[in-house]
Amino acid sequence: MHSLFTLMQRDLRLAWRRRGESYQNLLFFAMVVVLFPIAMGGSEAKLAQIAPGVLWIAALLAALMSMPVLFKDDLEDGTIEQWILSRHSLIGFVWARLLAHWLLTAVPLLLMAPFFALALHLPQASLETLLLSLLLGTPALIFIGGIGSALTSGLQKNSLLLPLLMLPFYLPILIFGASAVQVAAEGWSAAGQLYLLAALLVLSLVLAPFAIAAALRLGATQ
Amino acid sequence: MTEKRTMHPLLKWFYRLGAPAWFYPFAGKLLPWLGGLFLLLLVPGLYLGLWHAPADYQQGDSFRIMYVHVPAAWLSMFVYFAMAVSAVIALVWRVRMAEIMIISSAPIGAGFALIALVSGALWGKPMWGAWWVWDARLTSELILLFIYLGIIALYNAIDERRSAGRAMSLLTLVGVVNLPIIHYSVVWWNTLHQGATVSKFDTPSIHIDMLIPLLLMAAAFKVFYGWAMLLKMRAHLLEQDLHCGWVKERIFNAQKMPRKNSTGRVANQGHKHE
Repeated sequence: MHSLFTLMQRDLRLAWRRRGESYQNLLFFAMVVVLFPIAMGGSEAKLAQIAPGVLWIAALLAALMSMPVLFKDDLEDGTIEQWILSRHSLIGFVWARLLAHWLLTAVPLLLMAPFFALALHLPQASLETLLLSLLLGTPALIFIGGIGSALTSGLQKNSLLLPLLMLPFYLPILIFGASAVQVAAEGWSAAGQLYLLAALLVLSLVLAPFAIAAALRLGATQ
Repeated sequence: MTEKRTMHPLLKWFYRLGAPAWFYPFAGKLLPWLGGLFLLLLVPGLYLGLWHAPADYQQGDSFRIMYVHVPAAWLSMFVYFAMAVSAVIALVWRVRMAEIMIISSAPIGAGFALIALVSGALWGKPMWGAWWVWDARLTSELILLFIYLGIIALYNAIDERRSAGRAMSLLTLVGVVNLPIIHYSVVWWNTLHQGATVSKFDTPSIHIDMLIPLLLMAAAFKVFYGWAMLLKMRAHLLEQDLHCGWVKERIFNAQKMPRKNSTGRVANQGHKHE
């Protein structure tokens, strides 16, 4: 357990030392959100209608964009090999890495999301649901995306492969996340969608680390 | 020695399947039988379906596209299931033949998913008035196609064949866990957004004259899958084992048989080089 905290601490400290890079993910999210009013016109009614989908697609793409670096450096310099050889469980390390990654990339996004929601004229009553759905959905996005990241980290080229592999698996989260916000914006209860999101979150927290660990073993031995 | 004698014959057969030198000729012997069986099922299936079965009282003759569309959709799911079983075998027992089976199956599955989508669109135009409807089944079939293509892309992106095979097996397993989730979330999404605008495709009861050709066609498609898979597996085996003894032996034997041809070709080439 201690080793996991050490890894998380190290990841967070590294990010703090290089804090110039940490806003990039958030900036990407902001830019994707801005694309939609520019492409579709700034009419308030239209924007309010598409806002749940736009915010969720932007969050999904931001999570996807942050994925390739998750294991790449550590796989190249042999750190992953040391994880495998160490007496601690590889799954634990994966957990710690993903959790640290979530804290670094998704939490700033969660904090900023209400402002973008207001800019898109999303009804204020649904802000709470938006935050809740992102809180449940973003860890699932990162844990599932970790599988693709671990599978493609050993490759030299092919940056497009990771989104190709992972986007189909993101669909359920996008469906429930966006529809939770949509339903809340229309004034209904979004409890059903949020429960399903929570179920997907639990499923991905439990199952994805096994697949990631297996993929990392593959990548380290190849 | 004693172990060999006590080995269960079925187990022995299973182990033999993993040996390329034994599998290759075995698959070769199986191929014409499967091809014959395919034609035997296809011809009556097509005849009964396209001529003999009565026209649908609502859809007229255009329902007959079902005899291609439905078996193709079934097969595209069946192939994925077979790949997933194979992926477990590949990952747990590290059987190379299972990996080759997956990469041989994936393009077939993708092809039939595409056939199902295209035939569905052709059928949808007169029935629904649109080439594409965001119907739950169509959408999840499209996602299935994307997953197939992702598996193929991953395999091709990794240079070393064994690592590629194992990464692909892992992705196949991840897919089989996710596919039901994707399917049901898409169904849920569809009912929420569209309601009952789309007429349900599966009619509650089907006339026996329509059912028999459908089952014949489904069986024919499955046999075709077996035939095409073995064909592709043989090709993959030859390609991967090009430097192995058993392939060299086969090439040597093959060259010995039609002696005239091969020597003639060699002479021609020599002539050109001059």
